[in-house]
Amino acid sequence: MITEDVKIINRLGLHARPAAMFVQTATRFESDVFVRKDGSEVNGKSVMGMMMLAAGCGTAITLVVDGPDEKTAMVELKKLFEKKFEEE
Amino acid sequence: MIIIKGVPASSGIAIGKAYVHEDDTLVVEKRMIDKAELKNEVKRFKEAVRMTYKDLDATEEKVLRMLGKQHAKLIETHRLILKDPLITQEVQTRIMREEINAEYALSQILEQANRNFEKIDDEFFRERRHDLFDVGKRLIGHLVSENRKSLYDIKEPVILIAHNLYPSDTIYLRESEVLGFCTDIGGKTSHTALLAQSMEIPAVVGLSDVTRQIKNGDIVIIDGDRGIVIINPGPEALDKYQKTKRKAKKDEKNLERVKDLPCVTRDGKKINLVLNLDPREDPAGPAALKSDGVGLVRTEAIYMNRSVTPSEEDHFNIYTGILRAFENKPVTVRLADIGGDKLAEIGVGSTEPEANPFMGLRGIRLFLKHTDLLRTQLRAVLRTAQTGHVKIMIPMVTTVSEVKAVKKIINDIYVESARDGKPLSVKPELGVMVEVPSAAITIDGILSEIDFVSIGTNDLIQYVLAVDRINQHVADMYDSYNPAVLRLIHLVIQTAHKKGKEVSVCGEMASDPVSAALLIGLGVDTLSVPPRKYYKIKHSIRSLSFQRCAQLAQQALVLAAGEEVRELMYTALDENP
Repeated sequence: MITEDVKIINRLGLHARPAAMFVQTATRFESDVFVRKDGSEVNGKSVMGMMMLAAGCGTAITLVVDGPDEKTAMVELKKLFEKKFEEE
Repeated sequence: MIIIKGVPASSGIAIGKAYVHEDDTLVVEKRMIDKAELKNEVKRFKEAVRMTYKDLDATEEKVLRMLGKQHAKLIETHRLILKDPLITQEVQTRIMREEINAEYALSQILEQANRNFEKIDDEFFRERRHDLFDVGKRLIGHLVSENRKSLYDIKEPVILIAHNLYPSDTIYLRESEVLGFCTDIGGKTSHTALLAQSMEIPAVVGLSDVTRQIKNGDIVIIDGDRGIVIINPGPEALDKYQKTKRKAKKDEKNLERVKDLPCVTRDGKKINLVLNLDPREDPAGPAALKSDGVGLVRTEAIYMNRSVTPSEEDHFNIYTGILRAFENKPVTVRLADIGGDKLAEIGVGSTEPEANPFMGLRGIRLFLKHTDLLRTQLRAVLRTAQTGHVKIMIPMVTTVSEVKAVKKIINDIYVESARDGKPLSVKPELGVMVEVPSAAITIDGILSEIDFVSIGTNDLIQYVLAVDRINQHVADMYDSYNPAVLRLIHLVIQTAHKKGKEVSVCGEMASDPVSAALLIGLGVDTLSVPPRKYYKIKHSIRSLSFQRCAQLAQQALVLAAGEEVRELMYTALDENP
């Protein structure tokens, strides 16, 4: 299991489309993906879960990835945040 | 008698008994399931999921047919929710672990989700739960077949009162006996409102707590033109509205009589009345209305729902078909107004989502970046123009340089056609769509490059007022009567007329009798309306006095607020059109 903190820097935060992108990426991997924010944790493969996080721009969240392909999964997921979910 | 003011969402008057729709479908019975039967229960749930996918396909098809691709995106969101582990895994887990029925397991999960969503401060995130419930309700609908209190069960003519109507509910209203509806929440341009408009069901939305004020069986009047709901009206109000409604019905019957009459005002001013056309529809129906031609062919529709971009021949055949159906009356072809977000869908380039697509790459901006698409369409239009009266219109023009760029490509096509031995000789008229404020403000410069102007009020209004008309938080600020909008339209008309060029309007303002009167007063030469509004507007034009409209327009131009303009127009036209 690997854990990493990321900060949401895209303008809209984890709104509908970025949340969908995150879920679509997460489901490509076998590993379990969880996202933590302020003590709550949601399934990173659930679009509704991601919406419930209500993570706007500037929020710090923790990604938890656990499984056989956890390293690649973490890299790919972090890329989404770095690329600001292709917003700009 | 109680009168409540809300947001006018869909025009028309409905009078009838209230049916208060309680959102109670999420309350389901708990049943314990035998261990041996648990697998079957999971199977039953999976079957419900399958049926829900089918529902979504059917709904998507309906939405596409009625409203187009943009609205169908909602269905895509719903499919994503059906794939959510909340649905695909947790329900099964709960059924197996707690040995309970599927609908109860699902409703527990939905309630839990609702509690979590309710804690969210951000309204956008919080409101996403409605998507989940829309899907949840469909699923439960397939699991509990009996004793379901549903909109589909409405068998007598009623006025539907609901907290919120989901777009999927609204779509089925046409098949039910619902005369009109009002809701606690929603805006004029919400999906639900747009659906109601296209189905011509009167509706008032955004009434806050109308579900608490109205009881089942109350007599309710819905005035969808003014956004008013009257509960248990006094005899006077009831009489007034019944008269108005009867008159509307009579008018509707009378409408067809205008078919062979000229489209002139009472005092003899000729107004060209033309049609907005969806090229996917058979042009024969609209052509039978005997209009003055086609003011807008929405050619972007040609690009949708296909795997390869349309060829020159595809375009040519469609335009020729329209031209023939309209027996050589002028047909204005608008170059495709495609948004950057649709590029992937039409098989061109990558799908780079834009943070602000309304201000992004769309219309002629996009076509000047993908000139191959522009050239294909232009060649087809120019070829069609050799055989009949065709005009070309450029969408989303911001500056005159875009017009010049298009003209250069047109010229290139003429040069090439001569070189290839198939010379094109006829040069069709070229015009611009004025929808970006900069084009309106600098219209004098643009006019020297073009032959006509068409004002696209829908986009012009949202750009002038900086209001995204599909954003429910600001949608109520979207106001076609705002004096800023009127003054800009006035400027365009005055400038164009000075140069002897015609102005048409092809937005929704043209197809509402009151705002159409205002446009006529401002001097618009041509109104372009959807076929279903054609008789209504023609009839209304024939009852107007141009002199009077011109006076009203002058008064409207110096008013300070949209509300004042609206008041002016409605009062004046009520008393004496």
